[in-house]
Amino acid sequence: MTQPTMQGTRTADVCLIGGGLVGLAVALGLQRNGLRVAVLDEGDVALRASRGNFGLVWVQGKGDTLPKYADITRLSARLWPAFATQLQDTTGIDVQLQQRGGLYLCLTEQELEARDRMLAKMRDAADGDYPYETLDLQQVREKIPEIGDTVAGATWCPEDGHVNPLLLLRALTERFKALGGTIENAGRVQQIAPLSSGFKLHAPNGDWTCKRVVLAAGLGNRELAPQVGLAAPLSPNRGQVLVGERVRPFLEYPTGHVRQTGEGTVQVGDSKEDVGFDSGTTTEVMAKIAQRAIRLFPLLRDVKLVRAWGALRVMTPDGYPIYQASSQCPGAYLVTCHSGVTLAAFHEGPLADWIAGDRDDASMEVFHAERFTL
Amino acid sequence: MPNASRFERLPTRSLDPTTVYVEGQAIKIDRHDTAAAAVLAAGLVPSRSTPASGSQRAPYCLMGACFECLLVIDGVANQQGCMVRIQEGMQIHRQVGARDIHEPPQEVTP
Repeated sequence: MTQPTMQGTRTADVCLIGGGLVGLAVALGLQRNGLRVAVLDEGDVALRASRGNFGLVWVQGKGDTLPKYADITRLSARLWPAFATQLQDTTGIDVQLQQRGGLYLCLTEQELEARDRMLAKMRDAADGDYPYETLDLQQVREKIPEIGDTVAGATWCPEDGHVNPLLLLRALTERFKALGGTIENAGRVQQIAPLSSGFKLHAPNGDWTCKRVVLAAGLGNRELAPQVGLAAPLSPNRGQVLVGERVRPFLEYPTGHVRQTGEGTVQVGDSKEDVGFDSGTTTEVMAKIAQRAIRLFPLLRDVKLVRAWGALRVMTPDGYPIYQASSQCPGAYLVTCHSGVTLAAFHEGPLADWIAGDRDDASMEVFHAERFTL
Repeated sequence: MPNASRFERLPTRSLDPTTVYVEGQAIKIDRHDTAAAAVLAAGLVPSRSTPASGSQRAPYCLMGACFECLLVIDGVANQQGCMVRIQEGMQIHRQVGARDIHEPPQEVTP
């Protein structure tokens, strides 16, 4: 735990609030642009979606009602290989990126038809440039021989993949520190005061001044954003994840609900629960998740569970990110989304360049929070 | 067994000798003992290799926390040896790397 200490006011070009996957990816991109960045992380009491997520680098179906979101998702997927290579070259950490395609498995024909319709619509919106296939059970079996007999089919997207999110968090952290970045276990930032130029931040472990401030505090943005003239109407959505023992490779592709990690761990998840800020687990939901997994992959029947956890997604009302510069307090930015893994390469790249460049970008306006009030 | 075991039994209670097979070799131990204790008594150290790096391991915490004592017990892989009480005729084998879930569990050989 962090201990309150009295220190003099410290300074950085950019103070970035939130040391998760979103914050650190943006921080790396700001460093690449020559900025001195301090990451103020709340500490071990934080909710930490970055330590509980499933690890998919996922494209299919994302942005079905917002083509620009589909665009940045696919852009990030394309940027990911170079991003992962750079992290490995500079930190020695292999984040286990695999982008060989992924499957969204459907248990009923109706579910499969609905997904096919959604993806067909997305392909039309992308003028035909949206690779996916709808597979029947026999076609799924060609990719995954162990698939269960009661599966109706799947949608397949060759751009889908997965990564080890904990290794990613560690690699981002090590890279950031190696480039001279400061990560401060600051406690919860209590106040952001706009100055005539820049900002003063008040946190339990000391004050900071900075020219710019980036809010990447997940659900914590709800209280921070209004202090710089922004809005972050976010709500928590719980997902529970089950982790099985390590077994020899049986699943070559990630699916929406089950994946196998590089070390052989079986990971199962994807509940969506509206339970407030409770990040716990429940037997009932874990049983449902396990039952679904066994229907998808009957050979998981005897696999032992070794861990389970709950984590809170950071959700906007429409599920899409908020990327916004404050017009009321120039130099303040809000960056929040629930796909911090998939979008990490985008955040390190174009999004950080946008913040570093400090210029208007009309194409980002679809991600402004005003869309929830208009 | 090739390894000299440092697992010395203290004369603290009466023994109820029971035969189990560690890598096929018969060994008599107390019926209250666990499969991990049988492995240590037999000197089967290391008793497993890890799935990720293949490094060699052996029973360690003996209280269900560390998972270092994973064994194949009566054909069922990845058993925590320290949590399994031995039974007459039990077949105990090394756990080599990750378990293969493609194979059906083997029949118990008496």
